[in-house]
Amino acid sequence: MKFYTEKIAKSDRIPKLVSALFEKMPQIEADRAVLLTESYKSTEGEPIITRRAKAFEHILRNIPITIRDNELVVGSATKAPRSCQVFPEYSYEWLEAEFDTVATRSADPFYISEETKSVLHEVYKYWKGKTTRELADAYMSAEAKTAFEHSVFTPGNYYFNGVGHVTVDYPKVLSAGYSGIISEAEERLDKLSQGDPDYGEQYHFLTAVIISCKAAVHYAKRYSVLAAEMAEKESDAKRKQELVEISRICAKVPENGAGSFYEACQSFWFVQMLLQTESSGHSISPGRFDQYMYPYLKKDLDAGKITYEKAQELIDCIWVKLNDLNKCRDAESAEGFAGYSLFQNLIAGGQNKFGRDATNDLSFMCITATEHVFLPQPSFSVRVWNGSPHEFLIRAAELTATGIGLPAYYNDEVIIPALQNRGLTLEDARDYNIIGCVEPQKAAKTDGWHDAAFFNMLRPLEMVFSEGVDKGELIGRKTKPVSEMKTFDEFLSAYKEQMNYFIGLLVNADNAIDRAHGERCPLPFQSSMVDDCIARGKSVQQGGAVYNFTGPQGFGIANIADGLYAIKKLVFDEKKYTLQYFKKALEDNFGKPTDQKMAEKLTGKVVKALAENGREISEELIRCVYDEIKTNKCSESERAGYEKLLADIESLDKYGNDVDEVDTFAREMAYIYTKPLENYRNPRGGIFQAGLYPVSANVPLGEHTGATPDGRLAFTPIADGVSPAAGRDKKGPTAAANSVSALDHFIASNGTLFNMKFHPSALSGRSGLESFVALVRGYFDRKGSHMQFNVVSRETLRDAQKHPEKYRSLVVRVAGYSALFTTLSKGLQEDIINRTEQQSF
Amino acid sequence: MENSRLSVQGRIFNIQRYSIHDGPGIRTIVFLKGCPLRCRWCCNPESQKYDTETMVTAGKTETVGRDVTVEDVISEVEKDRVYYLRSGGGMTLSGGEFTVQPEFSLALLSEAHDRALNTAVETCGFAASEVFEKLLPYIDTVMLDIKHTDSEKHRLYTGRDNTVIKENAVLLAKKARKLIIRTPVIPTFNDTREEIGKIAEFTASLGTVSELHLLPYHRIGSDKYAGLGREYMMKDIKVPEKEKMEELLSVVNAAGLKGQIGG
Repeated sequence: MKFYTEKIAKSDRIPKLVSALFEKMPQIEADRAVLLTESYKSTEGEPIITRRAKAFEHILRNIPITIRDNELVVGSATKAPRSCQVFPEYSYEWLEAEFDTVATRSADPFYISEETKSVLHEVYKYWKGKTTRELADAYMSAEAKTAFEHSVFTPGNYYFNGVGHVTVDYPKVLSAGYSGIISEAEERLDKLSQGDPDYGEQYHFLTAVIISCKAAVHYAKRYSVLAAEMAEKESDAKRKQELVEISRICAKVPENGAGSFYEACQSFWFVQMLLQTESSGHSISPGRFDQYMYPYLKKDLDAGKITYEKAQELIDCIWVKLNDLNKCRDAESAEGFAGYSLFQNLIAGGQNKFGRDATNDLSFMCITATEHVFLPQPSFSVRVWNGSPHEFLIRAAELTATGIGLPAYYNDEVIIPALQNRGLTLEDARDYNIIGCVEPQKAAKTDGWHDAAFFNMLRPLEMVFSEGVDKGELIGRKTKPVSEMKTFDEFLSAYKEQMNYFIGLLVNADNAIDRAHGERCPLPFQSSMVDDCIARGKSVQQGGAVYNFTGPQGFGIANIADGLYAIKKLVFDEKKYTLQYFKKALEDNFGKPTDQKMAEKLTGKVVKALAENGREISEELIRCVYDEIKTNKCSESERAGYEKLLADIESLDKYGNDVDEVDTFAREMAYIYTKPLENYRNPRGGIFQAGLYPVSANVPLGEHTGATPDGRLAFTPIADGVSPAAGRDKKGPTAAANSVSALDHFIASNGTLFNMKFHPSALSGRSGLESFVALVRGYFDRKGSHMQFNVVSRETLRDAQKHPEKYRSLVVRVAGYSALFTTLSKGLQEDIINRTEQQSF
Repeated sequence: MENSRLSVQGRIFNIQRYSIHDGPGIRTIVFLKGCPLRCRWCCNPESQKYDTETMVTAGKTETVGRDVTVEDVISEVEKDRVYYLRSGGGMTLSGGEFTVQPEFSLALLSEAHDRALNTAVETCGFAASEVFEKLLPYIDTVMLDIKHTDSEKHRLYTGRDNTVIKENAVLLAKKARKLIIRTPVIPTFNDTREEIGKIAEFTASLGTVSELHLLPYHRIGSDKYAGLGREYMMKDIKVPEKEKMEELLSVVNAAGLKGQIGG
């Protein structure tokens, strides 16, 4: 196939739209919460699905709408750009508690006015006892809650928020419009038999679908009216014409099928933004945009109705709009997902369902759009397989070379069989796209619950040393004291016992939350666009999707592999140290003092806990606590011993250097997480499947983790994804890639994440790009699943820390997505800077 | 039959993977120890002596140089085979100077060649012509340095006369499968239009050579001199400006050659 590869110029409109987006700090708006609550108050006693649909309708009929300057694609969830609505039906207490700090916190701050605070304060009174979080609490076992509180894992994402993480049937809306979906639901209603045992549920579900779809149509028509009014008043003739056209299009779509590429763009956007008004879930991923939008583009191009330049401008406008949406998370989650990211993953290239390459002109234009707009959203990805056109990958490499941290590269050759292994048909597996960070699934058929929890694989290792005790409380299994363990196998089986125990609790927590969403927040609008909800007459949240999964992600594989390898070598093979000595060394943090900032943070937490327990807080008490945490009471000789231990650990082979023995070890260790999970089921009738990636939680959750036997000091970041621990891969990118490919990426079918950072010199010139593409292809030949790259210099990042104002739009890829570097917390910035730079001159 | 060449020993000081500026594609560079030249700007001063020595790097004392067998090296090189296949890369012998260890180089290159690995060498050209004759059948690409055409200036800055090098250039031009001439551009030594022009002229005169690569001087190896307890004689030299390199590139191109900045 021949592609249109000319560089398409950027329209003047795009920089204007982008700068308008960043004029002000994002703010919290209360309109949705107020309207939702009004509706809920008036529907008490009705079926929950009906209440959800009516609330959605009430919101869409009354929420303020706005068309921003220069927009061609319209539809804004908030009055101010890049702002967010609030979703009290999931949880609200955290925001109320953070009212006075949310504007000044380090990660992802939001402005909130005094008026909004007081309005929300009123709204919140209604929600006590009614949220998904509270119901999840009731369903969760005491042991699971304890493990959650002790940061062994955190299912906080869906515990506090909606689930999101879905790709809906965009092509259906584009072709049939909501009127088509409404007819489908009506036909289904006609066919229901009143004698069916679940007649009532199905009836109310289908009715809710109809209400929701009609609400979406009405919402678009409000824009049509607004555009017409604005056109009336507009003095600039060109803009007036644009507004008239917007008005015409919004009257037509998404109610009806799109007749042109422009109409398809507008219809797509309404779907994308309304999904995020219905629920607070993130990672609502557009998926294979280049596939379902292409027929509209091609038709217009062939008919001479559009130019490549005009089409590019429309695509660029969508890219800008994807950055207009935002979400406020609680302070701790904000650190874990830092960078205001919504993880709207959009993917180009790859095979079609028949196994033929599907790359087209629009695939290339998606790359151009990311270059033009140069913002973190969409989380742009490309699919790679043995038949991918070389020129497409070179074009993708050019985008990588810009340093934006996009695209992420995915391997069809691993993902397709991995999904088949989970029960997808071959055709469905070939048609996969990525959700959020790295999670593969089949669009419009899947409820993947992909980001189900972060599971810290290092915490159960700590429990082996402490015999299940954490902060004085027995939270794990009371395994044998390490002093009595005679073989490495004994040690390893204790680790497996702790892991199995906590994996069981993780499942308990996830299923409790899952059930709470099913009961309290089914989503009729989303469900109208996911098969087989209409045919089954039930929502996605109640198991209406064809494929159902729960995918909690483990992280820390590099530290676990290096740590257990160190114990095997130093304690059992070489017999240089005892386990008892290791235990003491870990308790003493290898004789190193706690970093001052961390000590302050920990002091704050301890003091807060003391205050909650009724202790009177004096300055002296604070100083005492601080000194206790900060000072290391080791003697000189103890310290010298620990230095020797650290040096011995340091001299061992490490994961990330293409050493077979360690890499095979890492593969086995990963199975300790990935294999037991497969045996569990979720309430929607699906299975659990593991991912191995941390988003950016490796930094905040590292702060809850003591020293580990790989020589990692207490409270420091944990290794990121399946990447080698920071600074430990010393043999260059191919060696690191070979190590990572030694893991079983097929079984980690909820995705793995391999981060690599390049100095720009490694990608300079055509030969640099060729080598880069060969590196990706080579890693994929060895059955790695995903790769992403940062191309920046250390100096650039240091300067950005000193002068954030100069680098407002500096994009860095942080584990699975791109974020604005200057909006990240200091800890995360340091982590990015400290990652090994794969320099080559 | 036992493959006896796998046990041939040689002395190296580093193996560097994912090298992308030293021959075609992704390559693994094997740095051999020992060099007949003493170029003042050398960025690998630890390569020059054949004897193992100690060097202080970031406060730590390390031994430079280790004796390895062909088998050791090949098994390391094989690890990136998949990347060579995807990029057209392979193994490059650098140094030091591979001709200083002819038996080891012969065994290593012929082993790689038999395994269908692409081979390249970076050479200063200062060796007996018979050595090149013997090794050439197993080399896909020769990258030969021509540092200066003036014999006296060459001797002053590198410790050796260039007569042998020029003779070998003629030999290589005739017999190598592919020959690329490379010139490190060193301010105060050879960075004038005239000097580069003469190198280009010489290269063109070889008849079969079409590429001349200009490698801008860099200081990345300068810390190593202190680490070895030696004085760095080029400390006042500045890295050539981009414009300067472009200008010299145009001189190369004017001679009818395909010029390139960097490897």
